[in-house]
Amino acid sequence: MLDCKQASQLISQSLDRPLTLHERFALKLHLFICEFCRQFSRHMQTLRVAIKNLTGSIENNDAIEMSSEAKKSIADMIEAHRPQL
Amino acid sequence: MATANMHDWLNDHGDFLYRFALARLRDPHLAEDVVQETFLAAIKSPDFAGQSAPRTWLTGILKHKIIDVMRKNMREIAASDLMTDEDANMDEFFDETGHWAEPQLAWDMPEGALEQKQFLDVLQTCMDKLPNKLAQLFLMRDVHETDNEEICKELNISTTNAWVMLYRARMGLRKCLEINWLGA
Repeated sequence: MLDCKQASQLISQSLDRPLTLHERFALKLHLFICEFCRQFSRHMQTLRVAIKNLTGSIENNDAIEMSSEAKKSIADMIEAHRPQL
Repeated sequence: MATANMHDWLNDHGDFLYRFALARLRDPHLAEDVVQETFLAAIKSPDFAGQSAPRTWLTGILKHKIIDVMRKNMREIAASDLMTDEDANMDEFFDETGHWAEPQLAWDMPEGALEQKQFLDVLQTCMDKLPNKLAQLFLMRDVHETDNEEICKELNISTTNAWVMLYRARMGLRKCLEINWLGA
């Protein structure tokens, strides 16, 4: 019989690898009787969706720009590599 | 590559590349560094012959530069205490019988736009509290859905180590969200 610690590890790993038949069965059985682990499992799904939203909000946020120093340093670097005629 | 073109690319794609890197590395300085390295590689590369859009081509280079940074980070993390025990010592979360030390409370991502923004702000704060290397690995897996085996190969870590680290990241984030979202 799984305890909650083991169950939570399997729930996390189920996001990273296919569980074995035995693991899936043991986890299902545990979730059937354990409200907290069911809750934890839902939290893991929520977390995955939320973190995607967060990343998307960074990637698509036009207000986030490179510092002008960094831009200048890249522009200088491009100039320094200007082919000599 | 022509110098004039490069300046155009910096203007047109620089900030996009920066945000792409920032979303994955979560560190402004690291993100700026990899963008700079990307342009340096682009200058030196004879490969670009217009077969793909410049942004696609630059993003391809950037991805490799990001992986390089993460690989270096993972070498450091491997020697640190984050990875010393295989079994992920999670004593703060469980009692001695393996049961949750505290109840798992019911919460979910809110529906409304404003509340969702607040929720993501809390998540952002929680990500900042996570050791950055752990955050990077977590992002690589849960956001970019890089295959677990591929991550391990790229970063030169064992799959078991990756599972343990991802478990820790998720446990830490969940706990932080619960405290700061429900407590807000």
